[in-house]
Amino acid sequence: MKTNLLPAIKLTIVCAVIFACIYPLMIYGIAQLAPNQGKGEIIVHNGKTFYTNIAQSFTDDKYFSSRPSAVGYNASGSGGSNKGPTNPEYLAQVQARIDTFLVHNPGITAGQIPSELVTASGSGLDPHLSVEAAKVQMKRIAKHRSISEKQVEALIVEHTEKPLMGLFGTEKINILKLNIALDNLK
Amino acid sequence: MYSSNLRNFNTMNTELFGILLMYGLVIAIAIPFGKYIGKVFMFENTLLDRIFNPIDRFFYKLSGIDPAIEMNWKQHLYALLTINAVWFIIAMLVLTNMSWLPLNPDSNPTMSGDLAFNTAVSFITNTNLQHYSGESGLSYLGQIVLMLWQFISAGCGIAIAAVVFIAMREHTAKTLGNFYAFFVRSCTRILLPLAVIVAVILAFNGTPMTFEGKDTMITLQGDTVQVSRGPVAGFVAIKQLGTNGGGFFGVNSAHPFENPNYLTNVVESVSIFLIPVAMIFALGFVLKRKKFAWIIYGVMTVGFLSLLIPTIMSELNGNPAITHFGIAQPMGSMEGKEVRFGAAASANWAIYTTCTSNGSVNAMHDSMTPLSGMYAMLGMMVNSFYGGVGVGFLNFYIFIILAVFISGLMVGRTPEFLGKKIEAREMKIAMIIALLHPFLILSSTALASYLYAGNPTEYAGWLANPGHHGFSEMLYEFTSSSANNGSGFEGLGDNTPFWNIVSGIVMLLARYLPIIGPVAIAGILANKKYIPESAGTLKTDTVTFGLMVFAVIAIVAALAFFPALTLGPIAEYFSIH
Repeated sequence: MKTNLLPAIKLTIVCAVIFACIYPLMIYGIAQLAPNQGKGEIIVHNGKTFYTNIAQSFTDDKYFSSRPSAVGYNASGSGGSNKGPTNPEYLAQVQARIDTFLVHNPGITAGQIPSELVTASGSGLDPHLSVEAAKVQMKRIAKHRSISEKQVEALIVEHTEKPLMGLFGTEKINILKLNIALDNLK
Repeated sequence: MYSSNLRNFNTMNTELFGILLMYGLVIAIAIPFGKYIGKVFMFENTLLDRIFNPIDRFFYKLSGIDPAIEMNWKQHLYALLTINAVWFIIAMLVLTNMSWLPLNPDSNPTMSGDLAFNTAVSFITNTNLQHYSGESGLSYLGQIVLMLWQFISAGCGIAIAAVVFIAMREHTAKTLGNFYAFFVRSCTRILLPLAVIVAVILAFNGTPMTFEGKDTMITLQGDTVQVSRGPVAGFVAIKQLGTNGGGFFGVNSAHPFENPNYLTNVVESVSIFLIPVAMIFALGFVLKRKKFAWIIYGVMTVGFLSLLIPTIMSELNGNPAITHFGIAQPMGSMEGKEVRFGAAASANWAIYTTCTSNGSVNAMHDSMTPLSGMYAMLGMMVNSFYGGVGVGFLNFYIFIILAVFISGLMVGRTPEFLGKKIEAREMKIAMIIALLHPFLILSSTALASYLYAGNPTEYAGWLANPGHHGFSEMLYEFTSSSANNGSGFEGLGDNTPFWNIVSGIVMLLARYLPIIGPVAIAGILANKKYIPESAGTLKTDTVTFGLMVFAVIAIVAALAFFPALTLGPIAEYFSIH
């Protein structure tokens, strides 16, 4: 123990210098060249700054709504619901979300709703929707904005992000970008 | 409708291509990188020496270490345990004093004693079980200190695996290199260069690397929201590479800052597996027994795939309980998952992270379909289908020793492994270590279940889900602690003195005893007389022997854990089918 104690303490201090000071400062330095100097990607719109990757709450029917969030889209924290797949309380909540969605989206049937629209995301901050989850909201958006469904669909197509290199992963749409595009229509 | 179905089919295909891409990259990088690790262990020349020789000398000089001093297996263990004790004390001091120390722009509080104990143990043991949320539970100083532990606890695991590799290589040897030299080389030459590459990729894809505190943003609809940031990119890189898994934010790599897109998900997933898989090829290089390494790789891969494939299928099929509502599940089971990854890449991550004792997540395991939860637990229960950096092989080594002994008895030959006789003493150690893991998991889960069942109102805060799933939450927590994994069924209300202290003790025992055991066996075997291979020797580099090891693993895991799994995920599965 004694022969090892002093080297152990000194070695830990040297490790702290290299791995806890020099390494993070080096990455910090390199990150200054990254988008928004490594402070998170942003979109500037009408003088407001938004974080591209952080989902926002869209309760207004004229916007595409984000996926449900277990933390109320509060980005000073993060969290999923952590509800198990058979939890009765959770299943009742999903049923309630389906009912609410149907009320806000007349003309849509339950079979058209993709589950990601009525299930909470992992982070509570998921900024994306699938194409289906956007399209099922088209009718509502068109009605509330008095524009044609075609126009809305064109925006959806324009904002669809293909899988990585067209081959790997999911197709998705950033809801914030899509909603900004909606506002820009006028 | 036809076109929509066709698109779903394509989407599912691109999700599966993603899985193939990730594993393909792991293998393509792990084979050459394994050779590089082998060279680092053997002190052979590499291209990076020009950079790292001076850095290493700086380490040795300032620490007063002579890397040329040889140590026997006991001295290695003394060195390892002493430095870990130092780390524990420093971690406790920092975590219980964060509120007044510098780098705390969000004015986060200091940890309570029991939470600090749990967190300190968790990070020195390479577990990274987190009973706090990074956004509100740590200052940036706390985060950076934990990041230091992510480097050095991983380096410690790799170093001790190097000792076992050298012990297996030597025909007859009393000394097995210098622990500090292996440790420093593992940190600087293996972990650091990879961490820099991964951190830079993350930073350029939208992962923050800033020391500024929370930002306030006014949303498009006009709500005011605070957004947590921090020096995330550097932290995430090493937590993935060192099988640490502790996230900067509460939801780990499900957070859009920790893991912003599919590309970063590929990089982070590959980072989980890279070193654990490369260690097998490093072993083949050090022992000059490539075939033996491929047999080990084969056994581990068969085990891994038998967990991965059903998990991906289960998640892509969706939650049967939700199907009853008549809605569509084109993306599969999406509760607790992120659209940018999809169900397949989330299932893939769940098995990567539990097979390797990493413990980071990109989806909430608590919300996965019942059998996926079980496969994740099985990955941790076996804990050596690749396993944690360094220690994964140590766990596998125990199974090899058991398999050698059993096969020896079956064919009536003296059990020998790499020219060394395996006798009663080594077998006793191997048995104790093999049984320790199930014992820790099952006894602590039994204790928690007993307390809960005795007073469900007092402990109501423990479980977020009723019935079988609630039991699974407790079983998962202790499985994760004992596997030094760190992932969780996060519905568990785990920041209480009971969970902090009991899981802390489980992590400590489950880290150090399974290091001491294999090092002792390897050290004892290295001291024995070398018996050259003859016609009577049991060949260990054959498919038959591989099957034998797999059978031993399956039998130990099945016998030990099947009853508990029946009460949790299996019962839950039948309740919705």
